[in-house]
Amino acid sequence: MADTATATAGVDHHDDHGHHESFWSKYCFSTDHKIIGFQYLFTGMAMGLIGGFFSYVFRMHLAFPGSSIPFFGVVSPAAYNSLVTNHGTIMIFWVAMPVLIAALGNFLIPLMIGCDDMVFPKINRLSYQIFLISAIVLIASFFVPQGGFGGAWTAYPPLSAESQYNGTPFGAPMWLIAVTLEIVAFLLGGINFVTTVMNARAKGMKLYDIPMVVWMIVIASILFMASVGPLVAGAVMLLFDQTLGTGFFDPAAGGDPVLWQHLFWFFGHPEVYVVLLPAMGVVIEIICTFSRKKLFGYRMILYSSIGLGILSFFVWAHHQFISGVDPRATYLFTTTTLLISIPVAIMLFAMIGTLWGGSIRFTTPMLFALSFIAEFLIGGVTGIWLGSSGTDIYLHDTYFVLAHFHYTFVPIAIIGTFAAIYYWFPKMFGRQLNEFWGKIHFWGTVIPFNGIFLPLFVLGAAGQHRRIAGFTAYPDLYTENFQDLRVFATGSLIVLILFQIPFFINFIVSLKRGKKAGPNPWKANTLEWVAPSPPPHGNFGDNLPEVYRGPYEFSVEGREDDYWPQNLPEASK
Amino acid sequence: MLEYFLPRASSFAGSIDHLFDLITYLVMFWFLLVMAFFFYVVFRFRAKPGQKAQYITGETHKQKQAVEIPHYLILICDLAILFYTFKVWHEVKIDMPEYDEQVRVIAQQWAWTFEHAGADGVLDTEDDIVLINELVLKKDTQYKYELQALDVMHSFSIPVFRLKQDAVPGRKIYGHFKPILEGEWDVQCAEMCGYGHGFMPARVQIKSSDEYAAWIAENTPANLKQDAAYANTESKLKEAPNNG
Amino acid sequence: MGHKIIATGRSRTGIPTGRLAVWWVVASEIVIFGGLIAVYLLNRFLHGSWAQSAAHTNTFIGGANTFWLLTSSYFVVLAHAAAEKRDAKTARKYLWLTIALGGCFMGFKSYEYATEIAHGYTLFTSNFWSFYYMATGLHGFHVLCGMVIMAIIAEKDIKHEQNWHRVENIGIYWHFVDIVWIFLFPLLYIAK
Repeated sequence: MADTATATAGVDHHDDHGHHESFWSKYCFSTDHKIIGFQYLFTGMAMGLIGGFFSYVFRMHLAFPGSSIPFFGVVSPAAYNSLVTNHGTIMIFWVAMPVLIAALGNFLIPLMIGCDDMVFPKINRLSYQIFLISAIVLIASFFVPQGGFGGAWTAYPPLSAESQYNGTPFGAPMWLIAVTLEIVAFLLGGINFVTTVMNARAKGMKLYDIPMVVWMIVIASILFMASVGPLVAGAVMLLFDQTLGTGFFDPAAGGDPVLWQHLFWFFGHPEVYVVLLPAMGVVIEIICTFSRKKLFGYRMILYSSIGLGILSFFVWAHHQFISGVDPRATYLFTTTTLLISIPVAIMLFAMIGTLWGGSIRFTTPMLFALSFIAEFLIGGVTGIWLGSSGTDIYLHDTYFVLAHFHYTFVPIAIIGTFAAIYYWFPKMFGRQLNEFWGKIHFWGTVIPFNGIFLPLFVLGAAGQHRRIAGFTAYPDLYTENFQDLRVFATGSLIVLILFQIPFFINFIVSLKRGKKAGPNPWKANTLEWVAPSPPPHGNFGDNLPEVYRGPYEFSVEGREDDYWPQNLPEASK
Repeated sequence: MLEYFLPRASSFAGSIDHLFDLITYLVMFWFLLVMAFFFYVVFRFRAKPGQKAQYITGETHKQKQAVEIPHYLILICDLAILFYTFKVWHEVKIDMPEYDEQVRVIAQQWAWTFEHAGADGVLDTEDDIVLINELVLKKDTQYKYELQALDVMHSFSIPVFRLKQDAVPGRKIYGHFKPILEGEWDVQCAEMCGYGHGFMPARVQIKSSDEYAAWIAENTPANLKQDAAYANTESKLKEAPNNG
Repeated sequence: MGHKIIATGRSRTGIPTGRLAVWWVVASEIVIFGGLIAVYLLNRFLHGSWAQSAAHTNTFIGGANTFWLLTSSYFVVLAHAAAEKRDAKTARKYLWLTIALGGCFMGFKSYEYATEIAHGYTLFTSNFWSFYYMATGLHGFHVLCGMVIMAIIAEKDIKHEQNWHRVENIGIYWHFVDIVWIFLFPLLYIAK
């Protein structure tokens, strides 16, 4: 295979910028995959702060109903609905997706497969720009008259379709346009990721030599592409309903509101795995490196994740057990839902198997990765109560559901992201984060996280429903014991938010003053550690690496070093 | 476990609670086992000076079996859950027992309308008792409910009954319940339905048959009262053949 | 900068990167239109009124449009063949013929919309018509995009005898747009 640029690359005329690039062309309009990765990362983190602020406001409101919340004021029912809706939307579409898929995918894929950039750098830049516009549209939707959309992130029509019901004639269409733009951005990005990994791998890198996190991002991108289509079709229809007044989802006009639920959840359930898989990949990289162990069952994990992806297309209606679909359909969907626990469990077991016989070093990224396994396990097993249609009759749309999916999404989007940042920070910026403050941040994140959501399981089991702006109207729920639990959860959230301050200080200080990291501070095997830290434009200079072995050859018997980088030729044993 | 928080006020609440307990025991067993193993592994294989990690691929037959065998066991547990789930689901959502009383539940932004069939046990007759945000039921009586939504999706949820059903505009959805406990509890809306979603509380009152009869008598207009008792038996006779 | 991206030129699968990407674009578009068609079929089976409304679509114009698109697909194949032979003049000629047929399609489409609206079948008449306008509109938008991209390729690339592979890539996309029409045509026009 010719590594030199063939005719296909002859159209990139970006040499004409000259040597001195302005701030704008270097950091805002760059086509360099690393810069685009950072753009996604920082946009995602900024949106995460917004989403986190929202959660602070509505948790405070639930703990102290009716009182004025510091930095916000009194929460009206309309504001409450808008806050929970946009908290959900932001955390999934503007935090988990951009950070776990787009930021990590952009930063890691070219480095890990040993090439100098994505195959379509300009499409990559376009993808980020569309994403940025979508974020701006969403934020703008909070400030239009009547405020932001408040019909839950699932946007069930007719509530979402007609402004006479939802009361947000501008907020609702803007919300929908923002989500659609975001989807377009990730379709472009996903095509780029998949094509890059298929075509631009380093010489010698066979399919089973690809690092697991790259595999996971690719599988997630394909999953996203395959599942999002019906939602795009549905979003166009809903947008027509909202703005032009057609009646696709309006029962009075012969439409069917349940149809939207099918289109939404056909995407919505695979979406969980779209963000789960990259986080799993991150965790796999980290536990292999810090237990100095070869990955336990590379192919088993790979096939499980593919099986998981396929199975995830047949479980969507477990979100709709009681929504008026044919009750007989639940037999099928309960079965598939309980089955889907198997591939996830295999992956978690294989991670624990990787730890077995290892030599585990408790660095900050490793602590985050280990806590991912433990916390995600809670999220996984609580899914059984909900996947069983019998108990779902009672638990559907209660705080039990809420606690369940926060036990999956927080490990994915918060713990997984922090693990990735602590692990790849030396590669991203050439310096290491402070370990001491990292560990404080770790314990200050994981302990309050359990403090928030364990009480919510109890409240959910007691029959407290989601998205309810105030429990004062419900005598059975507004008891002293339950209110204590709510205050406890809110207090834990504030502790968690406060413990993010050391992280941001650590991040900023370490950018300038952190310990200098060599190219390979963790003594890891994958190709990104071959490039200098931080990698220059073009990553590896003129000598692109070649690959001689799999990515997890740690502690090979007969070798002095306990790691064996992928790019070292056999002779250098 | 759920009865610790809320009494079981319907005939099928017990079934759902038992399913909940079954899942809890099975899941907790596996969860604690895996957690214990996980912490054991993390503790046992912590880095010690001079000790190198082992080289295990996880690709040999024996190693694969170490992962596979627990999963066969998990699968068996899944099947047990599945079997019991089907039974409960059938009891609550598919089976439609013969009913003695009817009630119509209409959800709208942001209130519940409950149409009680009244003295004659038939809906849409003159003696119907229509109440807003107040559902009155007779203990130990099999009910059939009809659920409608006037504007957007709502969800009819009575936690003490362990019952929940979405109300879809443009559809009539039927279901059943049988109250078995006297008392008064919350009815909630469980589907986001706009600004007032959090503020459409209703109460369900379950009365003994004497109290219920008194309540009927009190709420039935005087001109319809005389033959109320007769009409009630009459309607039962008429309805019975159609129930099969 | 000044660095030439090597990644774009690599081809581990043996399929040129551009073509591979177009296939992925097509794959994700298939799911979008698949969703639309699934929605149509669902409604069609649930509501008898959809079949009655479908009787009012203009089968002649639909058929003519099918003809334009199929012929244009043939021309785009000829353009590709010419591009393979590095024959810029012929390739450009066939590309422009394809665009012209796409233009015929759009013209007929506009006429069809105009007559239907004149007969009172607007976006708001019924859900069938809402769907009809949305689905054909979305498809028409794809046709229009294909025409614009093809014009750019003809004038910016082929005229200057560079990026020959783009003819094939736009060809794949154009075939896909045709195939979507092959599905929409019987569903919306023929099945009554």
